[in-house]
Amino acid sequence: MVAVIARLYGLEHIALAEDIVSETFLQAMESWEKRGMPEHATAWLYAVAKQKTLYHFRRTKILQDKVLPSVASNASTKADAVEPDFSQQGIRDSQLQMMFAICTPAIASEAQIGLALRILCGFGIDEIAEAFLSNKETINKRLFRAREKLRTERVAMEFPPEHTLAARLDNVLHILYLLFNEGYYSTTQDRVLQKDMCIEAMRLCLLLTDYPPTRTPKTHALLALMCFHASRFNARQASYSDLPVLYEEQDEQLWDQALINQGRHYLNLSVEGDDLSSYHLEARIASWHCIKEDTAEKWEEILQLYNDLLFINYSPSVALNRTFALYKARGWQPALAEAEKLRLENNHFYFLLLGELYRHTDALQALAHFRRAHTLARTQAEKRGIQERIDALGSA
Amino acid sequence: MQEFALLFRQPSYDYSQISSEEMTALSKKWKDWAGGIAAQGRLVSNGPRLGDAGKVLKAGGVVTDGPFVEIRERLGSFIVVKAESLEEATTLAHGCPALDAQGSVEIRPIM
Repeated sequence: MVAVIARLYGLEHIALAEDIVSETFLQAMESWEKRGMPEHATAWLYAVAKQKTLYHFRRTKILQDKVLPSVASNASTKADAVEPDFSQQGIRDSQLQMMFAICTPAIASEAQIGLALRILCGFGIDEIAEAFLSNKETINKRLFRAREKLRTERVAMEFPPEHTLAARLDNVLHILYLLFNEGYYSTTQDRVLQKDMCIEAMRLCLLLTDYPPTRTPKTHALLALMCFHASRFNARQASYSDLPVLYEEQDEQLWDQALINQGRHYLNLSVEGDDLSSYHLEARIASWHCIKEDTAEKWEEILQLYNDLLFINYSPSVALNRTFALYKARGWQPALAEAEKLRLENNHFYFLLLGELYRHTDALQALAHFRRAHTLARTQAEKRGIQERIDALGSA
Repeated sequence: MQEFALLFRQPSYDYSQISSEEMTALSKKWKDWAGGIAAQGRLVSNGPRLGDAGKVLKAGGVVTDGPFVEIRERLGSFIVVKAESLEEATTLAHGCPALDAQGSVEIRPIM
């Protein structure tokens, strides 16, 4: 809704669009409380939002005609006599354009995610603050600065011209990837919120596959990756404690087979052309993880995919995962030799991996590494998991 | 950190006699080795592989089909790594599959 109205008014009035939408929902709550929910609630909301938009428009038009007659060429007056277009097509186009507008390198990626959550996904400030483990003031400030930046940088709500589309789409995909990860791996304890963020990221990604210029192999690869991860959502949350259930301990009966099949479908679509992005590689790794059985073939494939991923972009976690795959594919000896070279001195996962590898040869070393991991771990949940390993080592 | 080129030389790149399984195993060996360097965050670029055919232009406009018969080892490929010193870059070169093929790795700083 915000996207549709902002498209009409121009992105510089994005805060106004958000206000209109908030007022609409407020009015809905008051009215529905008294008279009950109307039969076509969605249509009702759109009608009210439309009224409010037009009312506001007339009011500003008077202001502009009388007070600022010289600004006739202003972007917002382009909307003369036009009303917000809440048709399905109108909503789709507005959301796509808004996605491109928000996902601009002009603002920090955290702020891009925040704006996306606020404007495209309709999350409340409270929820965004919770998702980022931050507070309302910080988020409000961050969003305010981001909107200011959109204004001063004169970011327009439009489909990017063809020659910049590929680069702009890369940025949009990256933000959706971060949005999904924020939900999937987030430290917030609110499970509904976690899932909502993932679903929203998937919805927006799906929207991109609906529009031919953004329906690229990369988009399909990212969507496949999200489907594979999301298929394990319920299995991951199926614990009584606050901790996500680790992959090894998940009940694969809880994996969502329909989503896995969707993932495979999009993965097949992603192999068109010769573009090999990190999403392609990550999706293929994730698809292997949808087969729970440990085979040498599986881990050999995963190892090679991690090698390829490292060639595209290095990160400590990819390096660690690659070494873990080496361990599963070839045994602890070659993996230990490679692990010793990584020297990720401040990373508790690194010492966890070293401990796991040393377990096969030197219990004292293993213990020392687990203890180091314990010291470096940041959350109580992580510390608890590591303590269990230390205890298991002692009783072995 | 400074960048270094690792240049691979081998006496032969004739793979016409080996099976496709052996070829897969060989390419895996290279990927594992380069992956190990990448895992340390030291791989700058995975250089191109050079084809077997080649020509050499010499002074005076003399073109030959390559001096390959005259030299013992031919340049096959190179990668670029980063390291604190020439010694450290040389350490990264250990385990290179070219060594298993009676080849060598030349380590040169990039200026």
